[in-house]
Amino acid sequence: MTISIDPQKTNNESIQPKGWLRYFSFSLDHKVIGIQYLVCGFLFYLIGGTLASAIRIELASPMSDFMPRDVYNQVLTLHGTIMIFLWIVPVVNGAFGNYLIPFYVGARDMAFPRLNAVAFWLIPPSGLMLVASYFVDGAAQAGWTAYPPLSITTPQSGQIIWILSVLLLGGSSIFGGINFIATIIKLRRPGLKLMQLPMYCWAMLGTSILVVLSTPVLAGTLILLSFDIIANTGFFNPVLGGNVVVYQHLFWFYSHPAVYIMVLPAFGLVSEILPVHARKPLFGYTTMVFSIMGIVVLGLVVWAHHMFTSGTPPWMRLFFTIATAFIAVPTGIKFFNWVATLWGGKISINSAMLFSCGFIINFVFGGITGVALAQVPFDIHVHDTYFVVAHFHYIVYGGTVFIIFSSIYHWFPKVTGKMLNEKLGILHFIITFIGFNLCFAPQHWLGLNGMPRRVAEYDPQFQFVNQISSLGALLMAISTIPFLINVFLSVRNGKSAGDNPWNALTPEWLTSSPPPVENWEGEAPLVEEPYSYGKEISEQK
Amino acid sequence: MLNKNTYLILIISLVFAISFWIGFNVNLLPAEASINAPIYDELFKILFIIGLIIFIGMTIAVVYSLFKFRKRNDQIGDGIALEGNLSLEIVWTIIPSIIVLLIGLYSYNIYDRMGGMKELNHNHEMMSSNTDKIWAGISQNSDNEIAKNNLSIEVSAMQFAFLFNYPKGNFISGELHVPVDQKVSMKMESKDVIHAFWVPEFRIKQDIIPGQPTILNFTPTKVGKYPIICAELCGPYHGGMRASIIVEEESDYNEWFNKNKKPEVNL
Repeated sequence: MTISIDPQKTNNESIQPKGWLRYFSFSLDHKVIGIQYLVCGFLFYLIGGTLASAIRIELASPMSDFMPRDVYNQVLTLHGTIMIFLWIVPVVNGAFGNYLIPFYVGARDMAFPRLNAVAFWLIPPSGLMLVASYFVDGAAQAGWTAYPPLSITTPQSGQIIWILSVLLLGGSSIFGGINFIATIIKLRRPGLKLMQLPMYCWAMLGTSILVVLSTPVLAGTLILLSFDIIANTGFFNPVLGGNVVVYQHLFWFYSHPAVYIMVLPAFGLVSEILPVHARKPLFGYTTMVFSIMGIVVLGLVVWAHHMFTSGTPPWMRLFFTIATAFIAVPTGIKFFNWVATLWGGKISINSAMLFSCGFIINFVFGGITGVALAQVPFDIHVHDTYFVVAHFHYIVYGGTVFIIFSSIYHWFPKVTGKMLNEKLGILHFIITFIGFNLCFAPQHWLGLNGMPRRVAEYDPQFQFVNQISSLGALLMAISTIPFLINVFLSVRNGKSAGDNPWNALTPEWLTSSPPPVENWEGEAPLVEEPYSYGKEISEQK
Repeated sequence: MLNKNTYLILIISLVFAISFWIGFNVNLLPAEASINAPIYDELFKILFIIGLIIFIGMTIAVVYSLFKFRKRNDQIGDGIALEGNLSLEIVWTIIPSIIVLLIGLYSYNIYDRMGGMKELNHNHEMMSSNTDKIWAGISQNSDNEIAKNNLSIEVSAMQFAFLFNYPKGNFISGELHVPVDQKVSMKMESKDVIHAFWVPEFRIKQDIIPGQPTILNFTPTKVGKYPIICAELCGPYHGGMRASIIVEEESDYNEWFNKNKKPEVNL
């Protein structure tokens, strides 16, 4: 990589390591930080996936016979925590946000590069601490929700390390959120209007608002919980007059918006990918922006739908039913708009496109079960069962993780200057799509028929369906092999990509691949119409 | 030769037909053994059919687009420069809003028929001796003539068992026996962590919370033995925390009750 460095630009480049070593440094380059987030997140994804495999092996037989019962609870707690706080949230926000947002607003870096690096470097130690807590006195075993009094009565060290780790990760998330809001609002290139920004900026703006408003509530709650554990206070301890339901309200006030923190950026990313490979403008830009903001507002007032069978009075159950169901409207608009974006295009059937379409199909399915779950009388039967497990995996895996893979196929040429192998990519998609649906679709039936979640043993009548599900999990584990082979081969020997292999119009493609340290050799280009496919051609003619 | 609109109408009718057929012929739910169960299954059927129509419709739209609008080898250039269509976007905002609103009103109706909207604190005989206000749970499904024939049971949950106290007989059982077709009213409280009382065949679930009693009422309609399942993570043996509910004819129930009845409180 040869870069002509303008001496006026920055003062730290001379002391920054070059080559692959810079990914292990306290780099201030938003692109390096983005890749750090992605690779770090992917390593934790492999750990979380291994834990998921352990769960599916345990559930292949009705008896609790693969691991001790308390270890099983530690495994499911770590699986949930790692996948949410160390894989999905850091990757869809931190990785792609850091890499793309400065390009999209026409900036040379994020608003606060040092805060940005701090936000990333909080993640590896807190993740390692979380994993290491297993070797201290057992990891936390109260589920990722850590409901008291269970979280107060299980072994303390694991739970306290879990709280510390989540607090640090929450801090990282807040730093990131502040940085994205500041960058999108204040660092826009002169002449670039808000309504000209690529959709991912809007998604990240909405997500960051949710992060900044709701994550502090989780942090406060967990600090109170840690007082209950180590200082014998009684905020949530019923023995001391505490109220366990208050914890649930506070927890879900963050953790429901957390779902949108995981899916809104994915909505943004798919809005970037589909127009490029369908060669069509993004359908309904303005309604997309308003539906993102609608989801942000509604997302803050639906938390109690996680508590329909808990200590909630009837009127509250109904209010949250209606509020939750209405999220389907702005979400539905987005899906109709994406299908309309495909309609009449000249669609390249490649890995990025297939993963994005897989996302649409999976997410529509998860959204439909979500609207059903929002109805109190429906939820009362299936709450805390495998139906819910299936539903949220359709949202976060079938939805967000599919988009993470789609995005990797889409932006890999920009980041490395090399193309990924399409045949391996399509193989990866096919195995993932089949494995995912085989794993999670049958779980809806399990939940409806009487299998609760978070159990190591179950009624033997459910064995066959559980084994199908475990087979699907095996396919999902296998599917990472062609992906990893593809990445390693392509980084070394991939076909050269050129600067803009997809002929895309968004700003990150208007510089070299990989891009220079401060993104553009000269001034940042002004992209007023990031999706004007079809138009340019007709104008040229 | 049919024109485009005819094809569209044909496909939409087919999607509706398939969805209705699956909705009415594929049963995904366990046996119905309480008054609530058929009400629940009615809601399930409606949501299942609407969900199928949307899911099949969207899947067809995506797969059809991928096939029909795929880029052929000899093609260059872009698709049509269509940036939006206001009337179309208004249509797919308003129609889902109406569907969601109707579903919401309908499920309010279902919840009301299940007894979910009824006042929780009246007519419960345990209430007189307990000053706690009970503010969560599911109440009776028909109001006025409750108390008389009402079987009251106190449930306590602990790691990792349920205990059922029959105040009228002064005894505690590990198995829940109830007579068929009779209203059962349970006041539930946990001794340690949060548990939940779930009977899949009854389609009811309510958390059992320490320090905060909850209420759960139901009327079994079918004689048989059904599992009571703890549905809230409560510790290492959570998966093994199960009990049985035995729904029996009134005479069998009375026989069992009299056999276990004790003259005095003897815990």
